[in-house]
Amino acid sequence: MLSAIIALSVLAAVFGLLLGYAAIRFKVEGDPMVDKIDALLPQTQCGQCTYPGCRPYAQAIANGEADINQCPPGGETTIIALADLLGRDPKPLNAENGIEENIKTVAIIDEKVCIGCTLCIQACPVDAILGAAKQMHTVIASECTGCDLCLPPCPVDCIDMVPVNTDSTNWKWSFPEEADKQEKTA
Amino acid sequence: MRRLFQFHGGVQLKEHKKEAMTQPVQAAHLPKQLVLPLQQHIGAPAEAVVAVGDKVLKGQLIARPGSTVSAPVHASSSGTVIAIAGHPVSHPSHLNAPCVIIDTDGEERWHPDRHPVADYHKLPPEKIREHIRDAGIVGMGGAGFPAHIKLNAGNRVVDTLILNGAECEPYITCDEMLLRERALEVIVGLRIMRYALQAKRCIIGIENNKAAAFRALQEQVRNTGADFIDVIQVPTVYPTGGEKQLIRVLTGKEVPAKGLPLDIGVVCHNVGTAYAVYRAVELGEPLISRYVTIAGSVAHARNLDVLIGTPIIDLIEECGGNRKTLSRVILGGPMMGTALHDVTAPVTKTTNCILVNSTVGDVPLPSRDKHVMPCIRCGNCAVACPVDLLPQQLYWYARAKDFDKVQDYHLFDCIECGCCDYVCPSQIPLVHYFRYAKTEIWAQQHEKTLADIARERHQFREQRLERDKREKQERHKKKRAALKPPGNAVSKEEEAKKAAIQAALDRAKAKRENQQTEPKNTQDLTPEQQQKIDEANARRAKSNNPLINSALDTQNVQQDKHS
Repeated sequence: MLSAIIALSVLAAVFGLLLGYAAIRFKVEGDPMVDKIDALLPQTQCGQCTYPGCRPYAQAIANGEADINQCPPGGETTIIALADLLGRDPKPLNAENGIEENIKTVAIIDEKVCIGCTLCIQACPVDAILGAAKQMHTVIASECTGCDLCLPPCPVDCIDMVPVNTDSTNWKWSFPEEADKQEKTA
Repeated sequence: MRRLFQFHGGVQLKEHKKEAMTQPVQAAHLPKQLVLPLQQHIGAPAEAVVAVGDKVLKGQLIARPGSTVSAPVHASSSGTVIAIAGHPVSHPSHLNAPCVIIDTDGEERWHPDRHPVADYHKLPPEKIREHIRDAGIVGMGGAGFPAHIKLNAGNRVVDTLILNGAECEPYITCDEMLLRERALEVIVGLRIMRYALQAKRCIIGIENNKAAAFRALQEQVRNTGADFIDVIQVPTVYPTGGEKQLIRVLTGKEVPAKGLPLDIGVVCHNVGTAYAVYRAVELGEPLISRYVTIAGSVAHARNLDVLIGTPIIDLIEECGGNRKTLSRVILGGPMMGTALHDVTAPVTKTTNCILVNSTVGDVPLPSRDKHVMPCIRCGNCAVACPVDLLPQQLYWYARAKDFDKVQDYHLFDCIECGCCDYVCPSQIPLVHYFRYAKTEIWAQQHEKTLADIARERHQFREQRLERDKREKQERHKKKRAALKPPGNAVSKEEEAKKAAIQAALDRAKAKRENQQTEPKNTQDLTPEQQQKIDEANARRAKSNNPLINSALDTQNVQQDKHS
């Protein structure tokens, strides 16, 4: 009886030490889940998910505060990817956050109308607008995520969202059945 | 006899090659207008160096390479640049692409600045490569990869340089006609390429249905005494002309997935490229023309030597085709070619065949009648696949848009040869699914890189704002500190000041206490005034008014004090 108690206590102590050591030695800095979720988000930083950027939204998902269907720019693809990652069931996009638009757009500034107020520069989450006070502003199209955040602050409404041009470098083959349908209707 | 190897799968196709080989190759008529796309190759588009209105001469550079992986474009004939603008080109997207459009003047005047190389052995290989690059030569078998890059082995040793004359697709005969008529030039070109690559030996692979071309090549190899060149006939199986398939057949080696032939010491070029190299090095002529097969439903199917930029409709009409009855024009062969949406599109450096269909008579194509039925899992596609893939699995996953799984099944090893389409009893457009999946995956990868850039920029911005805030706070703190008296000396001064103020206050207090102030109207009175006051006081005393009495008392007290 006594030997059993001693043996068990010794074992408990040994394993306790082992676990304690492992907890310190293999401590994970930060939350890797947030990084993984963040990597799946489209990084438009548009805030349509009600969080101030993609990473805060990732943080909220990881904490269980937000659902996975609040990202309109990512749309179905992102929801499925998040569902896969988190082992949940995919669900349709929450309409409160917006609707998925399949056409990628970029902002363009009407340079004749721009008064150089810098408000859009302050609003841009990825520093994709170039300009200075009382100087004309312009959008660096290749860096623009199409988040629409520069539209509301503009006092003269000189910013438009235009679809990204399709050329031979970013053109995609259509889904075959869709092509068949098109041919049938035509 | 050399031992040949086999690749898996493949299909036997009806050749339809004889029709276009009844006549010798002739130069096509000079078109009124030349349309020269700035992108006729894989890589960055070329950048135009001419302006609208410029007179250009035949062989003049009109667009320079846009980057290292790119190729220049030259004017195919003399004339005037009338536009640099979007024009229909042969691309499955049906999009317009930027082109230089030249009105020809019919004079065919050559640019004087031509530099033939007298003896290429005297130049170092890199100079030869530069020469080939400046001539705008790209792979002419169809892919259009800039030839000078594929002729650079870096520090690797090239054991075998293979010249691809297999030409396995039905209807196409331009390479065969080239070999028949220009065998010597092709061999000279091959020797130049061998020198540029420093390759040990060369093999010209040619399908065994091209007897005349084979004989012509053998004869020229014998005549030139080039014992390092083997001309070898390979079995006629589609797609032997695929680069990896031909390498497999001739050497028994397999190009690794995601690798290059160079990884196994092999480089493979098309026979047309060798001919272009010959013209560039020996004659100093850039790539401005090529052999093109015009076959199908035209009165005179044949091969023509066509200036790059010639509108396709011109060639169809030259061969007796009718503009009005055209139905479907395919660029390339029936297996891998793409349907042309606009016949004004030009011939480019990679156009090998124009296959004409018309309402009058359709070309017997090995393709389907578009009636797609469900997959029955027969497995014929896997048997036919020359790259050992499982097309039906790829099809399921591409259809389900499961792009991870599609890549697990090696989608990117698919050469889009169309064998699976051809054998599919359900007529499923398998290759279309694979192309769809490929472009979708590329788009997703592109979006991922864009997202990474956006994330980085966003994080940088957050950091910048944070830093700005911190710096602002620091500045404020400094300013506040500057307002306060810095150091001990100042505080002493302050103390001295305070002491002085305190001393002044004390003095004032003491003065107030010492100095008794009296109402001024009770001093220095005249006797009359005093008398009047006394009278008033007496009256008040009589009146017995307590209020007045009390006031009188205080006055009396004061008066007593004063006296």
